[in-house]
Amino acid sequence: MTTQRVAICAVAQHRNDPDLWHKRFQGMLLDVLEDLQTQTGFTFDEETGVNTIVSCSDDFFDARTISNNGVADVLGAQYRGEEKMAQEGLNALGYAQAVILSGHAGLVLVMGHCKESQAESRNAITNLGFDPFYGRAVGLDYLNAAALQARAYMKKANLTEGHLAGIVVRARQCAARNPYANAREIIAAGKVMSSPLLCDPIRELHAYPVSDGAVGMLLASEERAREFTDRPVWLTGFANCMDSYFLGDRDLTANFALKQAAGRAYRKAGIADPRKEIDLVEVMDAYAHQQPLWLEGLGFCGDGEGARFLDEGGPGKYRVNLSGGMLAGNPLVIAGLYRAAEAVLQLRGEAGERQVPDVRRALAHSTAGPAGQFHSVAILEK
Amino acid sequence: MKMHVKNRNVAVIGIGQTSLSSHKEDQNQVEMVQEAVINTLDDAGLKIDDIDCIVHGNMELFEMQFAPDLWHSLGTGACGKDEYRITTGGTTGATLVCAADNLVASGLYDTVLAIGMEKLQEGNTTGGITNMADPLWFRNLQTGALTGTTAQEMIDEFGEERAKRAAMRYRIMMDKHAMLNPRAHRRFGLEYSQMEDLMANSPPLVGELRLIHMCSQSDGAAAMIFTSEEKVKRGTKHPPVWVRDHIQVHREETIPNLFGFNKPEMTHRCAARTLFARNGIQNPVEYFDVFEMYDPSAWWAVDWLREFLLLSGDEHLRMLEAGEFDLDGRLPINPSGGVIASNPIGATAMLRPAEAALQIRGDAGGHQIQKEVRHALASGFGGTFWTALMILEKDLEWQEVNHD
Repeated sequence: MTTQRVAICAVAQHRNDPDLWHKRFQGMLLDVLEDLQTQTGFTFDEETGVNTIVSCSDDFFDARTISNNGVADVLGAQYRGEEKMAQEGLNALGYAQAVILSGHAGLVLVMGHCKESQAESRNAITNLGFDPFYGRAVGLDYLNAAALQARAYMKKANLTEGHLAGIVVRARQCAARNPYANAREIIAAGKVMSSPLLCDPIRELHAYPVSDGAVGMLLASEERAREFTDRPVWLTGFANCMDSYFLGDRDLTANFALKQAAGRAYRKAGIADPRKEIDLVEVMDAYAHQQPLWLEGLGFCGDGEGARFLDEGGPGKYRVNLSGGMLAGNPLVIAGLYRAAEAVLQLRGEAGERQVPDVRRALAHSTAGPAGQFHSVAILEK
Repeated sequence: MKMHVKNRNVAVIGIGQTSLSSHKEDQNQVEMVQEAVINTLDDAGLKIDDIDCIVHGNMELFEMQFAPDLWHSLGTGACGKDEYRITTGGTTGATLVCAADNLVASGLYDTVLAIGMEKLQEGNTTGGITNMADPLWFRNLQTGALTGTTAQEMIDEFGEERAKRAAMRYRIMMDKHAMLNPRAHRRFGLEYSQMEDLMANSPPLVGELRLIHMCSQSDGAAAMIFTSEEKVKRGTKHPPVWVRDHIQVHREETIPNLFGFNKPEMTHRCAARTLFARNGIQNPVEYFDVFEMYDPSAWWAVDWLREFLLLSGDEHLRMLEAGEFDLDGRLPINPSGGVIASNPIGATAMLRPAEAALQIRGDAGGHQIQKEVRHALASGFGGTFWTALMILEKDLEWQEVNHD
């Protein structure tokens, strides 16, 4: 078995925007690529440069078959190997780790993009994520699946409208310090509680705003990392897990897949108690109720104790989503990659106004599918 | 050039596929995937609990199923497991093999199940492929996967009669191979005596690319199981087939030579040149015992043989005309009947290494090559001339070659 580690040498984020109408996603990726090259000086040289690229995008959101085809040039994939992670982008990090540890590549460029503003409706797309026989026909989409989960979880964990509003208010306070966030306006709880209902009990401000974004990273083997940075961040544990498909076959509040993914990632990173051994957490909270729910699955909050956790200031104590999280706006298919980018900045001490001291080990989480059918967990260390 | 060294060796220990057909009315996507998975587990003598990780891929806009691995998990057996979904257009099936190779070689997973599928019956394939072109620059020019330029280039280079005969000879050879493969989709029973008739009367699609030259639209799924050398040593149901090395070469989206500029090196030749050099293979025609090539049309197939096998001038035509690519020839091409016979896109590029591995095992059935197959080459094709190329081996003996 391998004892090598994989390093993240640099991260670059495009600012999330509600509607970047004047810029194509190719242009957004080019900005990210040039940022990474400026930071590290890497090239696409056949012997010493990047020969393997893991991209992340989605055919439905791009409205293009083979969405990576249209960006191959700005990924540097001209006569190079390129593979598209067709899941949420955090999995691109997990896969890139395998590519490096396999010996196949010493450097991997990870590049993700999505312009949600191009889609008429995110719900129309996620409706197509259900099977064409049952789920799609009754109009399920990721929003109303999350609403079913929200109602069940609010009952189980004694969550009130006030709790949900508090999560959003804190997210905006954090996002105000994050120049890459989309929704940065500080708002009061009353505004959250009076925002229109999208799907009971989820209100407009409980849901992540439509966002355009792009994010990139340069990963390297342990032996090559120092060529590109003197502050590498190590990916020491990655795992993901699939839950069953039909909503009725799952307990939407039980975190089956997340607990398995977290358990496997913790084992790889040698973590026994995440509450004591992880200094910063970035979770993919597409909807407000999911922040405490995922923190239960990750082991920061006891099962069904979401309300008490929030009342006791759990998110602040464990430094959850200091970036503002997904509630401040990231595209669905790269929200986890943004989580990892923010964790890397904190570990490197480059998080600007949102920087906190003594971050040695951080966790980045992502989820995909209706009501968290699939989860991924990455452990990052200084 | 630096030789390729893996962290650990990886073997194919399970191969399975569904039948391939234009309409699989009796199965939905999940059931079709499940059939391939069960066939593969049976082939490997494993249970789903023995699998550590699943890799899934297809082209989702063909079936209009967003994030299809989530629904398909009912058939892939991914529930409770690590799972990745990786896609690269037509190359997807081969990319999944590359990905499974990487995942096992990394040491992160011991046993990985890779699944490629497509149910083209449920979508509009040509519309879907046309939709890949840039909406501002190329979409109005794109004719799906139908490309007539190679036919014209070959006619310009070799003369009309010779070029047309070469393409049709290849086409009929593929059908003869498909006739021996009961899983193949299109099996016409063509004879070489029909060559003149087909050259003149098969309906033209784009220029000299005719209906008979073009691959099919199929439904089907393929799956393969990969495991580490350590696990292989504990025993396998069938002899292992080793994944020696793989390479993927992509390029930017403008089709080469579309506007008549100087033709750049083809990705196929770039991939072959690089892969063979780093594995010390001087003469691919001599070295390999079979080549399962992703051949979307007879014209492309003939042209690409020159690129993949690093031939020049009319060497590829002479080999074809002399029967050297036939099932009993010097280097048999596509004993399965290839993509021209069966094309469930997300599975197509996986069927190439899957069929190549069956040949190495000697388990290909009716289309088994009669002489021993020890070294196999398999390719995938997708995007705008993207290529994936891999070497499969019967023995681990290449390890003994001094690479320094």
